[in-house]
Amino acid sequence: MPSLDPTFAALPLRELAEAALAKARELGVDHADLRSERIRVQQIRLRDAELDGASESVDSGLAVRVVHRGTWGFAAGTVQTPEAAVRLVEQAVRVAEVSAPVNTEPVVLAPEPSHGEQVWISAYGTDPFEVPDAEKIALLGDWSKRLLAHDAVAHVDASLHAVKENKFYADTNGTITTQQRVRVHATLEAVAIDEATGAFETMRTLAPPVGRGWEFLQGVGWDWDAELAALPGLLAEKLAAPSIEAGEYDLVIAPSNLWLTIHESIGHATELDRALGYEAAYAGTSFATLDKLDTLKYGSPVMHVTGDRTVQHGLSTVGFDDEGVQTQQWDLVKDGILTGYQLDRRIAQLKGLNDGRSNGCGFADSPGHAPIQRMANVSLQPAAGGPSTEELISRVKNGLYIQGDKSWSIDMQRYNFQFTGQRAYLIKDGKLAGQVKDFAYQATTTDFWGAMEAVGGPETYVLGGAFNCGKGQPGQVAPVSHGCPSALFRGIRILNTVQEAGK
Amino acid sequence: MSGAQSGSTPQQLAERALALAEADGTVVLVEESTTANLRWANNTLTTNGVAANRRVTVVSTVRGSAGTSAASVSQAGVTVDTIETLVRESEAAARAASPAPDARALLGPNDVSGSQGVRWDEAAVGTDIEVFTSLAPALGESFDAARSAGQLLFGFAEHTAVTTYLATSTGLRLRHDQPTGKLELNAKTPDFVRSAWDGAQTRDFSDVDVVSLAAGLGQRLDWQKRRIDLPAGRYETLLPPTAVADLMIYLFWVASARDAADGRTVFSAPGGSGGTKVGQRIGVPGLRLWSDPAASGLESSPFNAVGSSSSQASVFDNGLPLTATDWVRDGVLERLVTTRQSAEETGLPLAAPIDNLLLEAGGTASLEELTRSTTDGLLLTCLWYIREVDPQSLLLTGLTRDGVYKVEGGEVVGVVNNFRFNESPVDLLSRIAEAGRTEVCLPREWNDYFTRAAMPALRIGDFNMSSVSKAS
Repeated sequence: MPSLDPTFAALPLRELAEAALAKARELGVDHADLRSERIRVQQIRLRDAELDGASESVDSGLAVRVVHRGTWGFAAGTVQTPEAAVRLVEQAVRVAEVSAPVNTEPVVLAPEPSHGEQVWISAYGTDPFEVPDAEKIALLGDWSKRLLAHDAVAHVDASLHAVKENKFYADTNGTITTQQRVRVHATLEAVAIDEATGAFETMRTLAPPVGRGWEFLQGVGWDWDAELAALPGLLAEKLAAPSIEAGEYDLVIAPSNLWLTIHESIGHATELDRALGYEAAYAGTSFATLDKLDTLKYGSPVMHVTGDRTVQHGLSTVGFDDEGVQTQQWDLVKDGILTGYQLDRRIAQLKGLNDGRSNGCGFADSPGHAPIQRMANVSLQPAAGGPSTEELISRVKNGLYIQGDKSWSIDMQRYNFQFTGQRAYLIKDGKLAGQVKDFAYQATTTDFWGAMEAVGGPETYVLGGAFNCGKGQPGQVAPVSHGCPSALFRGIRILNTVQEAGK
Repeated sequence: MSGAQSGSTPQQLAERALALAEADGTVVLVEESTTANLRWANNTLTTNGVAANRRVTVVSTVRGSAGTSAASVSQAGVTVDTIETLVRESEAAARAASPAPDARALLGPNDVSGSQGVRWDEAAVGTDIEVFTSLAPALGESFDAARSAGQLLFGFAEHTAVTTYLATSTGLRLRHDQPTGKLELNAKTPDFVRSAWDGAQTRDFSDVDVVSLAAGLGQRLDWQKRRIDLPAGRYETLLPPTAVADLMIYLFWVASARDAADGRTVFSAPGGSGGTKVGQRIGVPGLRLWSDPAASGLESSPFNAVGSSSSQASVFDNGLPLTATDWVRDGVLERLVTTRQSAEETGLPLAAPIDNLLLEAGGTASLEELTRSTTDGLLLTCLWYIREVDPQSLLLTGLTRDGVYKVEGGEVVGVVNNFRFNESPVDLLSRIAEAGRTEVCLPREWNDYFTRAAMPALRIGDFNMSSVSKAS
């Protein structure tokens, strides 16, 4: 069983909290919370099997957030002493005072029971920071060489990104949590070049980022050997593949691609802070506005989407959020209808959703940032006893089977999107008929999900995700997972990206 | 706020790290940063904050039989009592690393001309919430005005001050102060259907007039009273400086000489020869794309400060003096971004990355004048969600945002629906029909990562609006 990081456990967390919360009460705040965080990140990159860069960083510090006379105040620093914690409380109150003249909407937080003292540690086997660097570099080097050994492969980029996140939280409500999460993301991307023309193509491994430890790179939860063995041949086929003919196609989309479409067109669109306009000047708003709750036809009746921060190995998964709220699972879209949103304590109270209780989506990416509403693991549920990927493909006369995410872009209201992928196969009369290249799919969110005819069974379900979801000002980056089965879509617009470039 | 960093000074930390170091070479970067921000939506404050941070990065280089290896370890909140751990971790990581292909001798005081030791002993510059003591009431005034006009204001103001101290075991002592300020303002009608945006970058907020910016947005919302639906297609399009900046910054980010020589970017020579397009015409005559650490209002670090090596930067090149560099001159690609290693390997001149970007294409007209000389075209506000679709052509996709205006006979006649575009910034350089005067602007999309830009507005005869977006 993993245990709490000793460097973090050695901090005087209890004294910091007591000093800060006592000062906050003395200054008469409505609410105060203190977070101490230690976030350790390692990045190792290899280029053509040679080390290109190895870096490690630790972000640690202390943050105090108050609600003072109905206005937020936030202050953060890196010194972790009771005196520094008290100074942060004073600064946070001063920030609230300077801000008060421009605040017309008093901040009230949704009630949350006091959870007392809680410790939560994510499910992983081996802490990646306990593995010698030389072993990590050697493994990535070996994997790179396996790819480079193939004639078609001109270059290989390999990278490992490992994170260990410790959070201590204490608030004036009496909740005190100490939590630890570990996550890893390893990728290899191979490049093939047509020496005659200079044309090139790339292909990346489909292994997702996961809330697991080093064991993931040793084959627990992913078959690296099989993926690395297949990749060069798939890339060679892609380089030689015909350019797609633009037009309408039926699509069977693998979870390795569909997770990102879910993230962009459902995950962000069901964030209530966006729907209310809090992100309007930056990340954007949402077409799925509050007046459409329980009526908006998001997609076809086979569409069932949940939000959770509880699934094992999920990147958004945690015991308690950064506002002291116990995490949950709930419906966002049921039978194709919008039925829920992602909430933090302020907006849950403001709109009285979820019986006036947050569903635990408050998150800050570092001790220097205040928590905002961030994404839960938003996942498309498979159909019990549903079809296999091959069965879905067999239902298509003229279509594409798309695997792996690549390029993505969606508008500020989450309507119009365009995605590419790592590879696509033509489907002819229910059978795969070789790869095509230069494809992109473009659609409007509700049209796309409305065109979803079938979702695959549980055996097709994979948890994908990303470390780097961006939102908020100042910008914050959050890790999040999205599970989904393979799914079948009818009549989607496919572009040829070479034609789009005017060539 | 720097008082929040109790105990030792950044200079003492750097010297202590070097005194403890046992590696063959050591680079220490101490970054003292303070930041303050205000965010608002729906005519009211939403979040705010101040933060102070001290980050120490130790790069160790270790000579071995097969070559020199390097590793970098970085930590926030380090003190003189805890810095030894950081130094030892960095050294252990360097010993575990395989040889670094970019290994070169570390630079010394003789390599950095007059900047050695300049203002080294002075304390870091800082900022705090008081930087907004004028802005906050002006915002309040703008909220009142917006309320009376039936409009909503959204936006963000941020001021950051970073002082970087760079010290090496070879004797370098360099220091740079970098203030960065930005304000984004967005006005909407309460139904969110009409939306207008403006932004400003500043070093200290003394030159930001939020009341006047808000008034300008009010006029834009008036322009949007008439709505015209247009289909996808190629349109004559005026790109304002902020939109040009977001496209050119992407181009700059992929301008690695090493990647180009490896045959994997838009700047690779065709035919798989291992060459690059340096020396080839890629833009219209008179076009200049450059960076200059001394550019007025866009001042950036005059020396290289690198925490971790990549294809565009090397930890071994820390302290390298940066001077004005033309990436494109008179339409010809002059430079790609190199390290000392990639410059040697590609035979191209040494040109390290610089934290600002400027474009000039011979124009003198303002955006308003360009609009008045437009017979039939689109005037954009900004671009959004820009992502690479195809690295070979550097095809980018993205959206128009916060106001696409139809211009007829030199007049704005209404607002058009938003579009998704598919265009390559490299291709655009050769399709510029007309350019305006170069102006300092705030890049809408990339200002979290790259703020300092000066760009002209550009007229493109046939900008590819690939599909209609229903977003507003």
